[in-house]
Amino acid sequence: MSAIASRPRTTLARVRSRPRALVLRAPGTNCNRETVIALGMAGAEVESVHLERLLAAACDLDDFGLVVLPGGFSFGDHLGAGALWAHRLEAVGEALDRFVESRRPVLGICNGFQALLRLGLLTGGGLAPNASGHFECRWIWMRRPDNVRSPLLDSIDRIAMPIGHGEGRFVAKDAASLAGLQVRGEVGLVYCDALGNPGGYPVNPNGSNGAVAALTNAGGNVLGLMPHPERNVSAGQAPAGREDGAGLTIFTNAVRMARG
Amino acid sequence: MSADAVWALEVVPHDQDVDPHARALRQILCDLGTHPAGVAHGRLYLVAGPQSPRLHAAVRDLCVDPVIAKPGSVAPPSADDWLIEILPHPGVTDAEGDSLGQALARDGFPGLRARAGHRYHLHGILPPSVVASAARRLAHAVVESVAWRPVSCPVDLDWWRQAFMPDASPDPTVETIPLRGLDATALQDLGARKLLSLPLQDLEAVRDHFAAQDRDPTDVELETIAQTWSEHCAHRTFKATIRHREPGAGELEIEGLLKTTIMAATAEVNRPWVLSAFRDNAGVIAFDRDHEISFKVETHNHPSALEPFGGANTGVGGVVRDVLGVSAEPIANTDVLCFGPLDTPAETLPPGTLPPERVYTGVVAGIADYGNKMGIPTVNGATLFDEGYVANPLVFCGTVGLAPRGRHPTQPQTGDLIVVAGGRAGRDGIHGATFSSDVLGVSHAELGSVVQIGDPIVEKRLADALPRGRDLGLYNAITDCGAGGLSSAVGEMASDLGADVELTLVPLKYDGLRPWEIWLSESQERMVLAVPLESWPALQEIFAGEGVEATAIGRFTGDGRLRVRYEGAVVADLDCEFLHDGMPPRQLESVWASRRVESSPGLPAGIDLGELLERAIRDANVASKEPIVRQYDHEVQGRTVGKPFVGPADIGPADAAVLRPVARSWRGIAVGCGVNPWYGEIDPYAMALLAVDEALRNVVAVGADPARTAVLDNFCWGNPNLPDRLGGLVRAAQGCHDAAVALRLPFISGKDSLFNEYRLADGSSRPIPGTLLISAIGVVPDTRRISSMFLKRPGNAVYLVGLTGHDLGGSLVQRLLGIQESRAPVMRLASARRVFGAIHRAQRKGLIQACHDLSEGGLAVAAAEMAIAGGHGLEIDVGAVPVAEPELADSTRLFAESPTRFLVEVTPADAPALERLLGRTPHARIGRVLDSPHLQVRSEGEVVIDANIETLRSRWQSPLTEVAR
Repeated sequence: MSAIASRPRTTLARVRSRPRALVLRAPGTNCNRETVIALGMAGAEVESVHLERLLAAACDLDDFGLVVLPGGFSFGDHLGAGALWAHRLEAVGEALDRFVESRRPVLGICNGFQALLRLGLLTGGGLAPNASGHFECRWIWMRRPDNVRSPLLDSIDRIAMPIGHGEGRFVAKDAASLAGLQVRGEVGLVYCDALGNPGGYPVNPNGSNGAVAALTNAGGNVLGLMPHPERNVSAGQAPAGREDGAGLTIFTNAVRMARG
Repeated sequence: MSADAVWALEVVPHDQDVDPHARALRQILCDLGTHPAGVAHGRLYLVAGPQSPRLHAAVRDLCVDPVIAKPGSVAPPSADDWLIEILPHPGVTDAEGDSLGQALARDGFPGLRARAGHRYHLHGILPPSVVASAARRLAHAVVESVAWRPVSCPVDLDWWRQAFMPDASPDPTVETIPLRGLDATALQDLGARKLLSLPLQDLEAVRDHFAAQDRDPTDVELETIAQTWSEHCAHRTFKATIRHREPGAGELEIEGLLKTTIMAATAEVNRPWVLSAFRDNAGVIAFDRDHEISFKVETHNHPSALEPFGGANTGVGGVVRDVLGVSAEPIANTDVLCFGPLDTPAETLPPGTLPPERVYTGVVAGIADYGNKMGIPTVNGATLFDEGYVANPLVFCGTVGLAPRGRHPTQPQTGDLIVVAGGRAGRDGIHGATFSSDVLGVSHAELGSVVQIGDPIVEKRLADALPRGRDLGLYNAITDCGAGGLSSAVGEMASDLGADVELTLVPLKYDGLRPWEIWLSESQERMVLAVPLESWPALQEIFAGEGVEATAIGRFTGDGRLRVRYEGAVVADLDCEFLHDGMPPRQLESVWASRRVESSPGLPAGIDLGELLERAIRDANVASKEPIVRQYDHEVQGRTVGKPFVGPADIGPADAAVLRPVARSWRGIAVGCGVNPWYGEIDPYAMALLAVDEALRNVVAVGADPARTAVLDNFCWGNPNLPDRLGGLVRAAQGCHDAAVALRLPFISGKDSLFNEYRLADGSSRPIPGTLLISAIGVVPDTRRISSMFLKRPGNAVYLVGLTGHDLGGSLVQRLLGIQESRAPVMRLASARRVFGAIHRAQRKGLIQACHDLSEGGLAVAAAEMAIAGGHGLEIDVGAVPVAEPELADSTRLFAESPTRFLVEVTPADAPALERLLGRTPHARIGRVLDSPHLQVRSEGEVVIDANIETLRSRWQSPLTEVAR
């Protein structure tokens, strides 16, 4: 496949067929550049917007078909990963709720996932410091449990991406919450080995309960995941033995969903 | 002391088993021989100001995620329990506390201050002395205070209050320093008292300069001169006139070591794609028609010795700013670390020295924290262990930048505003430049103010804003604010034009700094820009949009004077010419006495080669660095196409990293390094040749074009005022020149860190092993054709390219066996370039399946690494190794560290084409990839090594993994 991100074309018809994607960044967000590239490749018209502009009402969520909270260390992860980002976003909480209710897709990657949980757009648990006690970067495998129905995970069976986080250990509120998430098909992806089997560290790289790597909401239009699909969207990004560009699927799914 | 009420909230994670702080305390108590019934850790947040239940609810809401942690104390306190609390010293950067204060202000609680610390609970009966020892081990004394008390004892509120900077008023005090009439002794006395780190000759020049004007300097003036003339800022040693003697080889007068060796090589090599060398904050090469790549490597050794986390953290921050200072966006970081052996017994540590394990842990965490948070992938590096680094660890930090070509402005104009952007100034880091220009002594460990703590998010905001200012052409010059603070940054920028600065405009973290302190503060995350008046509003808007504080503090005047004011009154008025060119040229003496013995004893006959291989791969210098490197994000930005770890199990140590900087192009860059201080113990000249060769080997092994590769030098050396230390430095610089010219490699940037010595209590001084790091950056024509070092397929042929000689001097195995050698490995300068060219041509033709350079541990270690990484066995015939000298023992063929050698895997079908291509380049087919998991080495048909690669893998992986536990 081509690694060359197609440049947004400017003819009007073309623009209309490309849903507008909002990459919402905060101070310390650092995966916005590659997330913008991935969304562009997936067919979206992408705008990267600073949190403060959204809060100052210089930009309206209703103008977008898709919102992504990218990875990074918003506000330095101070007071907990994603905590201050989520706290600031509470000011536009109603608009976000409306966005989600309208069944438009919301993606939270890594730090974005942490913020979505803190915001309550995803529920059932939290993300705690890794069991290893430190940040860790490595390529991992995930598999989609059979009962997942979110269109954001369409045509994914097993998929490889890198992780890069210090606080990615999913901790369920309690055993019942975890079981509920699993039964309802809201555990979007679980860590596994190259063959799809469960395992301890480093297969489950952070010690997550139920090997949870990704969660969706009940409606299936909000997806949060710790691994980074935007780091595996083009040739050469995946190491030996993994499918190059596999992460792009999540973005093309999101764009398709945004088109309605 | 602030009279504010202070309230504290403790936030205790539910899962104490995996809390790293609780784990660290358990380990410390275990080391102290006690095992309390329970240990718990929580974050401690202090809020000072008017208190109310509403405020406390808001703090709880902000700080507690109930799924992960709970507010308040852990266990029901028992009377026997102890509490340990750790808080940052007042004035020390506490980004998390600042964030809490800012969040509260937004939530309607203005005017509060917050600090973040830690609280530990120790449950069970413990003697107070054990608690005290544990407390002292937990705190980093340079930046943190610690207190402990029985749970039953109420907190002393003054202890909490002291974490806040006491209220202070602005302090306009400017002292005039009477220099006129001071004699030599009095001058030296004064220099020592004021920590100026200037030699007598310089102090006399300053005295005479002011005497000619009938006045004495102010403290602002004297400090400015001391910073500007410091070794750190002015590189006096590398510019000095050196009388160099080598007994038996005569005498040589060197008019500037840098100019006559390293810069001379760049001129001789004369590569048109070198866009900027030794002129700016970083070296710059052309990448393609539209883009340029910059690279800079810095050291942060002294600060890391005192406070490993903060020192390494701000080391990364500093070198990233160098790349921002050439108007580039940082796209990769590198780090090379030198530590004492991790098992160094505590009782052998020199006084005031932190244990190497603590330095190691702190430095790695500090690098990870800054690079990861800024979103810069850390892609390449090395970690070395030697007793010589126990008191003086070395921390080299590098940053690669990407920028559109030719968009970096470098000429401030008369009338331009002087703008400082980023963090605020505090007392942190005052005297950093002069401090690092002096020998580390026991008393320096007390100087907390020289250590800074970083706030990577502030720098990230700057990095987000600056490229837009560049693209819109809104500034005429930019530089980073590093050692020497504004005095250096503004001073350098204004060296031609002159400037007029008002210090009361400089944003401060807190009041109470004297004018000279504001001027010298080395508070982190600041850039200085020259901004035309008409561009200022647009640039301000960009900065404001990213939440960057930016302030105009003065103008470039064009009158050639550096004028500094405080509330309008002139507190410094210096002639720029004197400031930058008035330092007396330094005259230095150097001597190099080579060791005489030329014959080599080789390795003992009959030594068990398999056992030697096992020892070699589990030496900390060779062993897998995965426990370190995995803590760094090497994937962020999505550009890393050549990973630090390769192979099916992601464990193979790549020779170099490959990045694809521009998403629309297949073109790449490879980043690698070469460093080996042990050769330098024999001959620094040879060390330099070999380091340049190793750096080039590493990048060529992955696919860089040797004709499009540039190098950087970083010298870490002892006291250059001592002729024997300087003699080695001269030899090393000469080696850099000769290697660069022979390999046609331009040096584009460099930095030296001298005075890496530790003064012992008895007054004697111990230098580090003279250490030269060469970093290489090379263009990879097509990233679809990069090579990796892991074995790919059984049945493939393995070739050794390059000659092996009697090159055991300074080698890993000789160190392991305690053998002294007097000849360092010999670099064949005349033929080396042909080898690199041939490897690169073979890569471009797609003939190479795997490629690995031979370095420490020679052929045996390289072969073992390829096998471990690929999970395939390998059979080697040592008899087939191409040799440079006759009668080379098997042990020498296997473990010699001859330079310019590669192991290359090739399919049987491509083997003839490879052989044709290699032609007269020394090479031989020495083995093949096996189906079975064995590394088998044969000599005249007999098996001399038969090692299971799984066993080798676990030996190679375990040393640093065990430390991590």
